[in-house]
Amino acid sequence: MAGHASNQIDASTLWGGKVSPFSTSYGKLMMWFFLVSDALTFGGLLIAYGYTRHDAQDAWPIGEETFNSLPFLGHGYPLIYVALMTFILIVSSVTMVLAVEAGHRMDKKGVIKWMIATIIGGFFFVGSQAWEWSHFIHGSEFGKVELADGSQAIVKGHFGEIKNFEVLEAGKHHKKGDVITEDLMHQFQHAVVAGKINNGIITLHDGSKAKVNKAADEHMELIIKKDGSVNKIGTHIEGKKACDMYYEAINAGTPRKVIYGANLEENEYGPQQYGQFFFFITGFHGFHVFSGVMINIIICLGVVSGTYHKRGHYEMVEKTGLYWHFVDLVWVFVFTFFYLV
Amino acid sequence: MLRDDVIEYSLDTHHSEEQGKAIRKKIWMVTALLTAITIVEVALGAFIKQSSGAWPFVKWSFIIMTLLKAGYIVMVFMHLGDEKKSLKYVILVPYFLFMAYLIYIALMEATAVGNAWETYGG
Repeated sequence: MAGHASNQIDASTLWGGKVSPFSTSYGKLMMWFFLVSDALTFGGLLIAYGYTRHDAQDAWPIGEETFNSLPFLGHGYPLIYVALMTFILIVSSVTMVLAVEAGHRMDKKGVIKWMIATIIGGFFFVGSQAWEWSHFIHGSEFGKVELADGSQAIVKGHFGEIKNFEVLEAGKHHKKGDVITEDLMHQFQHAVVAGKINNGIITLHDGSKAKVNKAADEHMELIIKKDGSVNKIGTHIEGKKACDMYYEAINAGTPRKVIYGANLEENEYGPQQYGQFFFFITGFHGFHVFSGVMINIIICLGVVSGTYHKRGHYEMVEKTGLYWHFVDLVWVFVFTFFYLV
Repeated sequence: MLRDDVIEYSLDTHHSEEQGKAIRKKIWMVTALLTAITIVEVALGAFIKQSSGAWPFVKWSFIIMTLLKAGYIVMVFMHLGDEKKSLKYVILVPYFLFMAYLIYIALMEATAVGNAWETYGG
């Protein structure tokens, strides 16, 4: 705030030019320079994302279709979860700026209180991101399906629960008449990908054949994401027709008709690059949040032990604060360009 | 080596209890504003489909709201608004110039590549 003119400074403590042209300390200035370079990195990543998306047009997934789940509550809540994550990060940014403000008043207790709140907020955000990743990797119950005409569709709706597998033909482990009730979804998806479901009969790992008892799906909707000979990108197919087309593909008995979730080679949401960008951009940001929390913990310990109080000012808190706000700033852009637009 | 953060400039940023009150009030105002903008963004994103005619406006309003949020975070939370003018411009001007340039060439190139795929197939 106040320039150097109002404050006599010992020349030996000034940097080479005898006076800082910006009236800030070397440390704070370097933190700003680091943040600018980091912002260039994130800017580059997001622009690369924009480039790929601009090029791919309609095949690209839409945020509110991809991210519409909440922990414990299931589907049908578009963007609520990411909005919650955004809110957590904004609040932790606020507690950080309050810690910096307390530092300017040399209020040690206040600094500790608000820094602990910031650290808790940071952990909440990292935890939320872990859930989000896990959900993204495991994917939906329906998966992305390749239809009879070669087009690919994502599926919305409520997946009817699988109740059990009733063994019709004995294999190595299961006897005829056994009713299997464990690990159903996992086995079902494996069988779908391997093409081991034929007209409602599943072939299990041990070679036994079983009937799938499953509740009916509700509100099914297919959204075409890749052109086929009949269905074109962007088409929505609803109701019974959607259900028939989906099960026609699943029950065909040939492998690799369906993709569940995401990995580095393929994903059910859209083009392959979409998964890569998701993992890289949110992962790189998540790593920044994680290191931010670690730095905050270290500085908080410094505050508790009184290091900065003895020094006469809490500029270290201000510098970590800059980094923490920057993490929030990046998320504001990731939120817009990855989830909203 | 003498540490430059031990004395000098850092002391200039101290403020009194009373000034603190005003600053905290400003912080809470900005918090309310950022939260409100986020709620509006989510509501628009959840209720207006990308296929609807209003989407181009929604898209641009997202970008404007994002820049507004970013501006408040940088100027108030990161205190760049309180720094000297020279520092403000050293941080902001090169960044925006470079980003504007990069966005321009990336979108031009993406359009050209998209057209090439359309024309020659793939």
